[in-house]
Amino acid sequence: MSAVCVKVSRREFLIRSTAAGAGFALGLHVPMLAGSAVAAEGAEGAAAEADTPEINAWVVIEPDDTVIIRIARSEMGQGTLTGLAQLVAEELECDWSKVTTEYPTPGENLERDRVWGSFATGGSRGIRGSHLYVRKGGAVAREMLIQAAAESWDVPTDECRAGGSLITHLPTGRTTTYGQVASAAAELWPPEHVELKDPTEWKLIGQPVKRLDTVDKLDGKQIYGTDLKLPGMLNAAIKACPVFTGKLESFDAAAVREMPGVRAVVAVEDNAVAVVAETWWQAKTALDALPVTWDEGRHASLSSADIEKMLDDGLRSDEQVFVGNANGNAKEVLAGAAKTIEAVYAYPYQNHATMEPMNATARWTPERCEVWCPTQNGEAALEATAEAAGLPITQCDVHKIHLGGGFGRRGAFHDFVTQAVSIAKQLPGTPVKLLWTREEDMAHGHYHPITKCRLVGALDADGQLTALHARISGQSILASVRPRGMNEEGADPVTFQGLQADGDHAISYTVPNLLVEHAMRNPPVPPGFWRGVNINQNAIYLECFIDELAHAAGKDPLAFRRSLMAEHPKSLAVLDAVADKIGWSKPAEEGVHRGLAVVKTFGSHVAACAEVSVDEGNLRIHRIVAATDPGYAVNPQQIEAQVEGSFVYGLSALLYGECTLENGAVVQSNFHDYPSMLLKEMPKVETIVMPSGGFWGGIGEPTIAVAAPAVLNAVFAATGKRIRSVPLKNVDLG
Amino acid sequence: MAKLKINGTLVEVDADGSTPLLWVLREQLGLTGTKYSCGIGRCGSCTVHIDGKAVRSCVVELSGLEESQDIVTIEGLSENNDHPVQQAWAELDVPQCGYCQPGMIMTAAALLDNNPAPSDADIDAAVTNICRCGTYNRVRRGIHLAAGIKQNRRSS
Repeated sequence: MSAVCVKVSRREFLIRSTAAGAGFALGLHVPMLAGSAVAAEGAEGAAAEADTPEINAWVVIEPDDTVIIRIARSEMGQGTLTGLAQLVAEELECDWSKVTTEYPTPGENLERDRVWGSFATGGSRGIRGSHLYVRKGGAVAREMLIQAAAESWDVPTDECRAGGSLITHLPTGRTTTYGQVASAAAELWPPEHVELKDPTEWKLIGQPVKRLDTVDKLDGKQIYGTDLKLPGMLNAAIKACPVFTGKLESFDAAAVREMPGVRAVVAVEDNAVAVVAETWWQAKTALDALPVTWDEGRHASLSSADIEKMLDDGLRSDEQVFVGNANGNAKEVLAGAAKTIEAVYAYPYQNHATMEPMNATARWTPERCEVWCPTQNGEAALEATAEAAGLPITQCDVHKIHLGGGFGRRGAFHDFVTQAVSIAKQLPGTPVKLLWTREEDMAHGHYHPITKCRLVGALDADGQLTALHARISGQSILASVRPRGMNEEGADPVTFQGLQADGDHAISYTVPNLLVEHAMRNPPVPPGFWRGVNINQNAIYLECFIDELAHAAGKDPLAFRRSLMAEHPKSLAVLDAVADKIGWSKPAEEGVHRGLAVVKTFGSHVAACAEVSVDEGNLRIHRIVAATDPGYAVNPQQIEAQVEGSFVYGLSALLYGECTLENGAVVQSNFHDYPSMLLKEMPKVETIVMPSGGFWGGIGEPTIAVAAPAVLNAVFAATGKRIRSVPLKNVDLG
Repeated sequence: MAKLKINGTLVEVDADGSTPLLWVLREQLGLTGTKYSCGIGRCGSCTVHIDGKAVRSCVVELSGLEESQDIVTIEGLSENNDHPVQQAWAELDVPQCGYCQPGMIMTAAALLDNNPAPSDADIDAAVTNICRCGTYNRVRRGIHLAAGIKQNRRSS
């Protein structure tokens, strides 16, 4: 990619809201003060910031040279906050040690004609979806600072250079600081065009700089949604009908009203009840004692066995079947093949289980509603707020707070916001913090969808794959969550992640005759986007089945894959990289066995090779080598952290992740029956970051997809057992 | 009124005796660094020190505590965020979302107090906190690094 010249729109600079700039200069560290009702009560801090010059929407520079970079996407651990700041700072040519960050509010974004673009933080798009316009924001601010300096010296701008938060007049060597010219720069019109650097010129992008948000996470200072405290705030605990689509019938408030601290017992929407008390523990204690009757509705007897029947039907039936990818004539070739292999795989419901349970704080008056919450999508949270508040969106705002985990749970769904506003509306003027128990969080997730997959493959006499038919049966996320994302026929394209013909989620193999289908079967359990989404199971289906085919063909799993990848050089490169580093050509240590997996997803190419042993049925995952090609690597040490973390999330799912249904409700209730992988189970992870340039791929999700199939293929190598249904806690490996 | 010694200071607490220490810390004393996640002592997000031992404060009732006991929370671990574990964590950028990290840090600090040079097996046994972001390998490296920092401080 060469240097990019981008046009600057006037529109995004027309509204210079000093009020907005002032309010949230304090925003990130003390979110509850940001432009809020509380700021009005104690406006001293905000007033002091009123003259802080906003150069443009992305950059504020204080007289002491502190650079405040505005971040629209949410930080939930994935490091996007730091990566986005690096992108802006690269072009801004500022001193990195003087950089701090803050979140604009979605209300401000709305007021300023969405100058910050999308707030949505999902789909591994934080960096790849906004790198161009945030770099442009930095470049525009730099040019305005240069121009202000040049005008103050009465010299041409092209005689001036910026670097390290200094502007130098080259002929005379005079310098000035960003802080000194910031006020003047803020008064200028932005340049018509700016040049973005060629990647070969990057100095900060690509560097393994430390995260900007680590320090406050070490001594308890970091405020999460659960930690918020507003003056006069009350606390709420909630219980919704445990049966999906069930309703609240009645509750006996008198039974708990005299309990310590209790201030109100309220119905929430049509399916939940909440106790509001002085402290959350009092609210929870009273809620536990509250007699509640539910109208469980028509799904009161739903069980996992019922759902399995629906899925099994979809494996055979021709009803509601959609084609996701097809070339050649797979059915015909399979029918006439000398040798076919068939297998059925299954993947369960799973809960996101963020460490911080769902929560939101709301304050409602007839004129205004404000919400403070951890969210992956501030704008969606704002929409939910306005709807629940019954107020125009312009009379509402949302203050984002760092998330104690997101994983997709806090992006498309703001049920916790709707509930918090609904409660606060019943106590006008009083801020109410709603916090779910872990049990409520387990019972009311938006679960990783459940699917099964029947695969049939044909091998010719040379053991080459001639045809492959994959029939997925199970739940569509979009049908429930975002019907407008479905195509005209009613198919859900997200179902085919990693199996598509082209694009960000393309299959990494060339199969001469291929048919990928989805029989849509939607049980009444709310599905959601769960870190990685459908690539998690699709990668198991395809990568484990490819291993089965290789075995049936009597071929080495690496060689078999390579023979199908000539047209997929970037996927091949990551696969070769892990095979090379693990030492595939030489045998592993005695008792240790290897498995491979490779996918393209979220625009990135990733591969893994796992080394495991199985001793008397006990699985030990010793070592995983993982390679990722995201095109560009903004912060390699954070990519390593995401890759390592992806194995924890992916292997937790493989080993333990399963939500089952009984009597219409989720059986699992907490970490004792929905365990997560522990440190002692964690393999050594060696990460190869190999950005090849020319495209921008995601980081936070892709590697999760290779975790499970790499281990399952290694388990086969160790035991000869094909595990086709996860999690492994249900499987006897002995 | 119960009396507790928290981070070296005697405080009076007005709460029902059945209130878990976690909620006394968070709601009576404003010490929100100690986190709620599971409430059943499984995940370790609420880990504090009681008389030098790592304890899950969500399952310790106020009525079971005495004022003679030394309770230390993440806020009291060091004066300036400079405990060897905090230093090692900063050096390695251990936290991701960070929600479990106060508990992780308190667990690691207690381990090092009792075992200045823990082996990998010692760490496996002592650190049973859940982290869903997946910081485990950096936690392990962080504990080894913190052990070295502690050792250097002692010898200098």
